[in-house]
Amino acid sequence: MKELSLNVLDITENSVKAGATLTEISILENSDTLTMIVKDDGCGMSEEILRTVENPFYTTRTTRKVGLGIPLLKMAAEMTGGSVKIVSSTDAATHGTTVTAVFYKNHLDFTPLGDIKETVVTLIQGHPDTDFLFVHQTPSGEVKLDTRELRVILEGVPLDTYEVIVWIKEYLNEQYELLENR
Amino acid sequence: MKSLAELQAIKDKMKDKVVIREGASSTRVVVGMATCGIAAGARPVLGAFVEAVNEGGLAQSVTVSQTGCVGLCQYEPIVEVYEAGKDKVTYVKMTADKAKEVVEKHLKGGKVVTEYTVANCE
Repeated sequence: MKELSLNVLDITENSVKAGATLTEISILENSDTLTMIVKDDGCGMSEEILRTVENPFYTTRTTRKVGLGIPLLKMAAEMTGGSVKIVSSTDAATHGTTVTAVFYKNHLDFTPLGDIKETVVTLIQGHPDTDFLFVHQTPSGEVKLDTRELRVILEGVPLDTYEVIVWIKEYLNEQYELLENR
Repeated sequence: MKSLAELQAIKDKMKDKVVIREGASSTRVVVGMATCGIAAGARPVLGAFVEAVNEGGLAQSVTVSQTGCVGLCQYEPIVEVYEAGKDKVTYVKMTADKAKEVVEKHLKGGKVVTEYTVANCE
C-alpha cells in the first residue's frame, strides 16, 4: 500500500464485512510513533481463524476473504520496528475485533499516513448504514468525526447523500487546517 | 467554519427528495474495494465517480457503490456498470481520469468506452 490510510481503509472494510454496527478508527500520534486502532463490534473471529489471518500462506478458500490485508499491515508496521496485535471475541456479549498497529515514524521505511480524510469519506459513502467514530490525535490537537452525531441531525437523510458527503469532506478539511495552524 | 447548522440545512433541503430517490436509479456503478482494488488505486477512482456522477447531474439515475474482490486482481481497479436491459460492462485498470471519461461518454453519452473494458485488455 502506498499510504497507511489505505491500510486503514482495507482493515476497516473487514469490520464492516463482519457486520459491525460501530467501528472506531483511532490514529494516535506522538513524536515517535503512530498507533492505528480499528475496533469493531462485528461477529469476531474464532481462535482458529485468528491464528491464520496473519500468515497469507495459511489462508484457505473458506477464509480467503481475509487474504492479504493483515499481512500487508503487519509488513508495513514491522518494517519500521513496530508490530500488529489482533484481539477478537465471538462471545455473544463481547463480540468484535480490535486491530492495533504500531509504527515508528522516524524509521526510514515508515509509510506516510497519506489522505486519511479520503479514507473516512470513502467508508461513509460505501457503508452509510453503519456507524464510524474517527479520532485522530496529534501532538498539536485532535480531529474527530462521529457519524452517530451526524445521524441525529440528519433525521433519516442517508449519510451517503452527496451533499452530506461534501459537507463531511469540507468539515474534515477545515478540522485539519485548524490543526496545522495551531 | 463548517457548522452543524449547515448540516441541518442540508437535511431540511433533502428530506423531501429522499422518498423520490429511493429505487429510482436504473444504472449502477460498482467499484471493487477489496485489498487488491485498494492497493491498485480504487479509492480515488471511487471518489471520482461519486463526484462526476453528482456534479454531472446524474444522481437521480445512477448509484455508485462498493463491492469486494471480483476475482481479476491483476486488472484492478475494476469498475462494473450495470444498466437496465443491457449487458454488464467491466472496466479495468481504472484511474480517476478514466472514471471521469466513463461518466461523460458512457453514463451521459450512452457510448461504452471500449478501450478501457476487460474485453480490450485480454
